[in-house]
Amino acid sequence: MANNGASTAKPVTGFKRKEAMWCYLFIAPPVIGFLIFGLAPLLYSLRLSTMEWDILTSPTGVGLANFREMFADEKFYKALFNTAYLMIGIPLGMIVSLLLAVMMNRPLKGISLFRTAYYIPVISPIIAVSLLWQWMLNYDYGIINEWIWQLFGVQGPNWLGDPNWVKPSFILMGLWGGVGGTMVLYLAGLQGISTTYYEAAEVDGAGRWAKFRSITLPLLSPIHFFVIVMGVIGTFQSFSQMYIMATDGGPEYSGATIVYYIFQEAFKYFRMGYASAVAWALGVLIFIVTLIQFRFSKRWVYQD
Amino acid sequence: MMTKQDRIVRGIVYALLTAGSFLMLAPFVWTVSTSLKTQQHVFDVPPQWIPKPATLDNYVDVWSKAPLAYGFLNSATIVVFVLGIGLFTAAMAAYTFAKYEFRFKESIFMALLGTMMIPYSVVMIPQYIGFSEIGWVDTLLPLIVPGLFGHIVTVFFFRQFMQGAIPSDLIDAAKIDGCGYFRTFVTVGLPIAKPAIAAQAALGFMGIWNDFLGPLIYLHTPERQTIQVLIASMQSNYISTSNYPSMMAASIVALVPVILVFFFAQRYFIESMAITGIKG
Repeated sequence: MANNGASTAKPVTGFKRKEAMWCYLFIAPPVIGFLIFGLAPLLYSLRLSTMEWDILTSPTGVGLANFREMFADEKFYKALFNTAYLMIGIPLGMIVSLLLAVMMNRPLKGISLFRTAYYIPVISPIIAVSLLWQWMLNYDYGIINEWIWQLFGVQGPNWLGDPNWVKPSFILMGLWGGVGGTMVLYLAGLQGISTTYYEAAEVDGAGRWAKFRSITLPLLSPIHFFVIVMGVIGTFQSFSQMYIMATDGGPEYSGATIVYYIFQEAFKYFRMGYASAVAWALGVLIFIVTLIQFRFSKRWVYQD
Repeated sequence: MMTKQDRIVRGIVYALLTAGSFLMLAPFVWTVSTSLKTQQHVFDVPPQWIPKPATLDNYVDVWSKAPLAYGFLNSATIVVFVLGIGLFTAAMAAYTFAKYEFRFKESIFMALLGTMMIPYSVVMIPQYIGFSEIGWVDTLLPLIVPGLFGHIVTVFFFRQFMQGAIPSDLIDAAKIDGCGYFRTFVTVGLPIAKPAIAAQAALGFMGIWNDFLGPLIYLHTPERQTIQVLIASMQSNYISTSNYPSMMAASIVALVPVILVFFFAQRYFIESMAITGIKG
C-alpha cells in the first residue's frame, strides 16, 4: 500500500503514528454513525421488545408476552403470508428482465431510447407510481380493465377491492417498476461473457437454445443470485405501495405486509414494545433467509 | 453479413422491444392525460387519451390547496445537506479504507458492512423514541443528521472504485513533497474519485427524494413535510378521494424533478447500477 517501504527508517515512526491518527479520524464518521444510529437502536429495540410502552406513560416489562401475542395474532400470520406471496414477483421479474436483456444485447439502433423507456419506472417515486396505478387499476373506470374489456370482452377483476386480486396487483406493479433495473444488471452480465464460449459451442453444432441454456444461464448465475438476495430483502421490507393502495391493509387485510403491520402497531396504536418485538422477528427472519441463500449458493452460483 | 434468419430475429426483437416500451410509458402518458382533464370528463367511457377540453386547472388546484412549494423546499434541504456532507465523509472513509493500512482495518470494515443487514424497520422505532426525547420530531433533523455520517453502501462503493483508480505512487509522491494527509486526500484522492461521486450523488438524490417511511413517521405539520408525504396525504387532506385529475396532477409534480435529474445524469445511473450489481 501507500506506506510500504517507509517503515524501517527511525524518524518515520512518528510520522506513521501521525498517519494512523489521520486514518482513524477519517473513518470515524461512519463508525460513530454506526454506533449511534445502528448498534444502539438495535440493542435498545431488543430491550423494547420485552416491554409494553405507549411513549406517554412509563414502560412496563412484560417478558416474552409480546412474542407470545405475535404468534397468536392472526393478522401477523396474514401479513407474513402476504409478504411471502409477493415474492412470486422475483422470479417473474427475472424472466422478463433476462428476456429484455437478451433482446437488447446486440447492436440495435435506438438502444439508449429503449433502455431509458424501461428504466424510467425504476427511478420514479413509489408514491407517485402507487397513485397512478391505483387509478389505472380502478374497477369501473381504470384503463387496465378498459383494455381487458377491449381485448377479451370480459369485465376485469376488482383489482384493489377483491382480497384475491390485491397481491397480484402489487406484483404487476412491481414488475413494471422493477424489470428495467434488473435488465441493466443482466445486460452488463451478458456483455461480460466472452464470445469464445459461444464460438466453441457453435463448432459443436449447438443451437440458440442450447447455447442459452448451457452457457448464458450458468454464467449469469452471480447476477441471478444478487437479484434474488436483494429481491427477497426488498420484498420483506415493502411498505409504501401498501400504504397508498391498501387502506388499513386492504380488504380482509389482504394487502398488508410485515412492515405495514409493524408501522400500524407502532405509529397508529403506539404499541412501541410489541412493534419492536415484531420488527426483531422480521430482522431475524431476513438474516436467516439470507444466510440460507448464501449457504445454498455454493451449489449453483458460478465462480470464476 | 446478415443471414435471412438473423434479419427475421432482428425484426421480431424490434417489434417486441417497441411494444414493451409502450407498455412501460403508457402509465405516464395516461397520468398526464388524466391530469389535464376536467372532473366531468375523467370517467368518460371509453376513456379518451387526448383530453378534450384540456385544462391546467388541476395543477393550479393542487398547488393552491397543498403547500407543495414547502414540500419541494423540505425535500431539497434534506438532499443538499445529506449529499453535500454525507458524500464527503463517505469519500474520506473510503479513501482511508482503500489506500492505507492501520490496525483493525479489516474488522472495522466488516462490522460496518454488517450494518447493511439491519433492516430499517428494526431501528426505526428506537430511533423515533430517541429523536422524540430530544425534541426533533416534526423537524427535518432526524432525516438529515444520520445521513451526515456517510452511508456505508456509499463507503463500500467508493472504496471499490478508489482501490483501482488512485495510484499508490501518486500518494507516495505527494507525501514526499510534504503534502499532509488531508491535503493529499483533497488534491489527489477526491479529483480521481469524481465519477464515482457523481454516480452516488445521482443515486443518493433518488433515494432521498423518493424516501417515504422515514419522512412519514417524523413529519406531521404540512409545511414541514417532504414532497412525497404531502402527495401521499393528498387524498385524505386536500382533495376528494375520487378527484383523479388533481391526484394525477400531484403525481406529475412529484415525478418531474426526478425525471429531469435522470435525463441529465442518465449515464451515471445505469453505470453505477451495473457496478454495484456485479461487485456487490
